[in-house]
Amino acid sequence: MSTLSIRQLAKEYVAGKPVLRDISLEIEGTGITAIIGPSGTGKSTLIRCINRLIDPTSGEIHFEGKDLAKLAGAELRAARRRIGMVFQEYNLVERLTVMENVLSGRLGYVSAWTAFRRKFSNDDIQRAFDLLKRVGLADFANRRADELSGGQRQRVGICRAVMQSPGLLLADEPTSSLDPKTSVEIMELMRDLARENNVPVVINIHQVQLAQRFAERIIGMSGGLVVYDGAPDGLTQDTLQKIYGGEDWLAT
Amino acid sequence: MNAVTRADFFQPSIWKRLGYALLVVYVIYAAATLGLSWERIERGVGYGAKFLAGFFPPSFTKSDLIPGLLESLQIAFLASLFGTLIAIPLSVLAARNLMPAFVTWPMRVIIILCRTFHPVIVAIIAVKAVGFGAMAGVIALTVASVGFVGKLLAEAIEEISKKQIEAIRATGASFMNTIIFGVVPQVMNRFIGFVAYETDSNLRHSTIVGVVGAGGIGGTLFAAFQRYDYDFVAGISIAIIALVMLGEAIQSYVKRVFR
Repeated sequence: MSTLSIRQLAKEYVAGKPVLRDISLEIEGTGITAIIGPSGTGKSTLIRCINRLIDPTSGEIHFEGKDLAKLAGAELRAARRRIGMVFQEYNLVERLTVMENVLSGRLGYVSAWTAFRRKFSNDDIQRAFDLLKRVGLADFANRRADELSGGQRQRVGICRAVMQSPGLLLADEPTSSLDPKTSVEIMELMRDLARENNVPVVINIHQVQLAQRFAERIIGMSGGLVVYDGAPDGLTQDTLQKIYGGEDWLAT
Repeated sequence: MNAVTRADFFQPSIWKRLGYALLVVYVIYAAATLGLSWERIERGVGYGAKFLAGFFPPSFTKSDLIPGLLESLQIAFLASLFGTLIAIPLSVLAARNLMPAFVTWPMRVIIILCRTFHPVIVAIIAVKAVGFGAMAGVIALTVASVGFVGKLLAEAIEEISKKQIEAIRATGASFMNTIIFGVVPQVMNRFIGFVAYETDSNLRHSTIVGVVGAGGIGGTLFAAFQRYDYDFVAGISIAIIALVMLGEAIQSYVKRVFR
């Protein structure tokens, strides 16, 4: 049985103008699945529908025995705890310390009173610190998040997502705000952490080369539909043209 | 090539000119109806000088100076504390990015009502309601603090970064946890500034609500005025200035600590 099963998902922000038309996908295993496609084709919307930061118009999203599309309130929050998310602009709480940002991955598990007093369990704190050590930021634990560079912030963002003990990791263009070298490092980190924690990753990504290099499976979207679903080496010029349209940009 | 002139980009506006003209007319009309004139000012300077001469030497010896000052201080402190405690939940509920319109509207109305009347007017009502004394002053300045802190804090909350909130929500955090980890860190700095400013402002206002019988040094000041006890008026005024300057110093210190 697959980890995540999306059936006939559709989203219309404005009635009659669907952004996602009819998406059906099965995500399983532990590898990286990369979603590529032109800007405005609904990649971000798809990712955000999965953890319900955006409500889909219709369709089903099955994850760990529940249809996420139908959940609300406490049940929805309980499901979200199991889905980590990494953002394009890191979305760290800038005025909190690095440690607090990583520990915020546990907010779905603790009461408001506990969160207010920062009374996280020693296990959580140990795990947060080990994760920071794992990504090479142990020395920054007490620094404020806004003192970090882009690559460092994204590593903290990844730690926060992994800290949730997720059954699925989502990433919305995690490398789009980073330089090429840092981008590769972040992709490596996501791949390795996903493997170590035995969790599948779904990544929206603009850089086709990065997608081909790190993903085990590529989904090409265009106009709110899946137009390619297969191995990275199956991405031919024809397929890319089908996904992004035009042809001049492919000329070398 | 198309020839262009200044008139293509900067068109004269008849409405703007009409506006300026109306402003000038209104200023002349207002000054005339209120009876402003130079002679009265010239005469007034003479009276004022005589009045000020009575201030010297200032007297600090009357026994009701210190208790009056302390009462003002207590009124300011308690009103700031109560006002802030009430304003915090009110402003969260009034923030349009956190709450639906049917919640924010009533909260906004409450905040606006608290800001509508000057503290002295609220103090007059409070004196009628609970009688003479410091309690009326505390109520009046609490109302003012709710209005001030509530409005500014609600605005600060509305200006926070949505992205940070989105990330916290994505972890499965409850509404309260999202407030604690997503909203509070983003507004804390400004909140401290508002409260410090409000405390300072309450300190100044607490010296005046006494005039209408709501406790504090203002009552003492007013009584001294009515007795033509001008050297004591001067003493009280100097004491108030010292108190306000102390408030200013504490405010800037607090802001520096929490930066």
